[in-house]
Amino acid sequence: MGLAKRIIPCLDVDAGRVVKGVNFVGIRDAGDPVEIAKRYNQQGADEITFLDITASHQDRDTTVEMVERIAGEVFIPLTVGGGIRTCDDIRTMLNAGADKVSINTAAVVNPDFVREAAERFGSQCIVVAIDAKRVSAEHEPPRWEIFTHGGRKPTGLDAIDWARKMVDYGAGELLLTSMDRDGTKSGFDLGVTRAISDAVPVPVIASGGVGNLDHLVEGVLKGAADAVLAASIFHFGEYTIPDAKRYMAEHGIEMRL
Amino acid sequence: MTIAVIDYGMGNLHSVAKALEHVTHENVVITRDSRSIRGATRLVLPGQGAIRDCMGELERTELRGLVDELLASQAKPLLGICVGQQMLMDASEENGGIECLGFLPGRVRHYSLNMHAEDDTRLKVPHMGWNQVTQRHDHALWDGIDDGARFYFVHSYYVDAERDGEVFGTTRYGNVEAHVATGREAVFAVQFHPEKSADAGLRLLENFVNWAPAV
Repeated sequence: MGLAKRIIPCLDVDAGRVVKGVNFVGIRDAGDPVEIAKRYNQQGADEITFLDITASHQDRDTTVEMVERIAGEVFIPLTVGGGIRTCDDIRTMLNAGADKVSINTAAVVNPDFVREAAERFGSQCIVVAIDAKRVSAEHEPPRWEIFTHGGRKPTGLDAIDWARKMVDYGAGELLLTSMDRDGTKSGFDLGVTRAISDAVPVPVIASGGVGNLDHLVEGVLKGAADAVLAASIFHFGEYTIPDAKRYMAEHGIEMRL
Repeated sequence: MTIAVIDYGMGNLHSVAKALEHVTHENVVITRDSRSIRGATRLVLPGQGAIRDCMGELERTELRGLVDELLASQAKPLLGICVGQQMLMDASEENGGIECLGFLPGRVRHYSLNMHAEDDTRLKVPHMGWNQVTQRHDHALWDGIDDGARFYFVHSYYVDAERDGEVFGTTRYGNVEAHVATGREAVFAVQFHPEKSADAGLRLLENFVNWAPAV
């Protein structure tokens, strides 16, 4: 008996539509975030993360509407990330029904924004997204740095120091993505996951690289992640959330079944 | 028939209002207007963030007196959620010690930053995620909810109530058995977020909407 580890499916949304599509049997509209969120909720997802990749400002209103519709029908925690730059952005998303917002680039540009946001809205709704990439060579002691712009732009910030700093500034949770692994289906970067999870008191969500259910198990047992986030393995019906939960539970991980 | 979610300026009340609207046809309002609050048939006392700020805003918005009066009269059912549960106690350790509403005897304590799981990994604080709630005593709000059902939590402080008869549910985290559901008479209060706890949470809210406490 105890606190369960969480499984968080992530939806990439552009102008109110899920991009890269979702391949569920029997779903009416595979691009509708509301339909998909409802399906994941029925399957027993522990939270849902909604990553807004909308480029234009106008289309953001569509995203807000989507968040509103999801929050009216799906009663599990909902995190919205992507383009959160000001306290007004946060307020808009929380008012629409998001429970947490995830701050990424804006934290790197202006770390005080995280402090201000946590003071204003409470740490419980401030997630800082950390995109880390290994910068040390194979034979060197491992070192990871923060990258922005989808992993293209180095910042020179040490990932572990940065994680500690963000928690000091009020982040209530960290969403850690390995930019080396993202999209590779070769598993989480367990080294950086473990190092950051051990370095901070707040929960860490592991992300980037999930290709099979063993990767989820490793993320928790070896990476000490408190939650695991995945997109494609769930979207394309390779595995369902119940498959993943059962498999993790069989490996001795406390899950909400 | 109106359910008033008391808005004293702390945090996001939309989730709880939406979840209530999902389980009832009654009117749900988010309000700080004392007439609306007095006129409501049921009350929800939410709370988010630091308890010093919650208590401070309750004073500043001049709702403290009204809440005290409503608690004393027990005229209508009240559901406390999260910091709303904690505020019903005598005092909290948070922010160097904060005096609270004193409706239930007991204190609000901090989870140790040095708790470990059985496999020796350090337990995170806040206690965030889905944990099991053991039902210590029967209550109308547990109707149709399994003993040991999981609810969604986000908190670093927990209630430690003095009287066993006022503790309706407990949750273990590390070496702490937190009192996560407490109440007396027409008041029921929970540390977890029923509005974010899927079916079990919606059932609890539905039970609250249908609750007719004998006071």
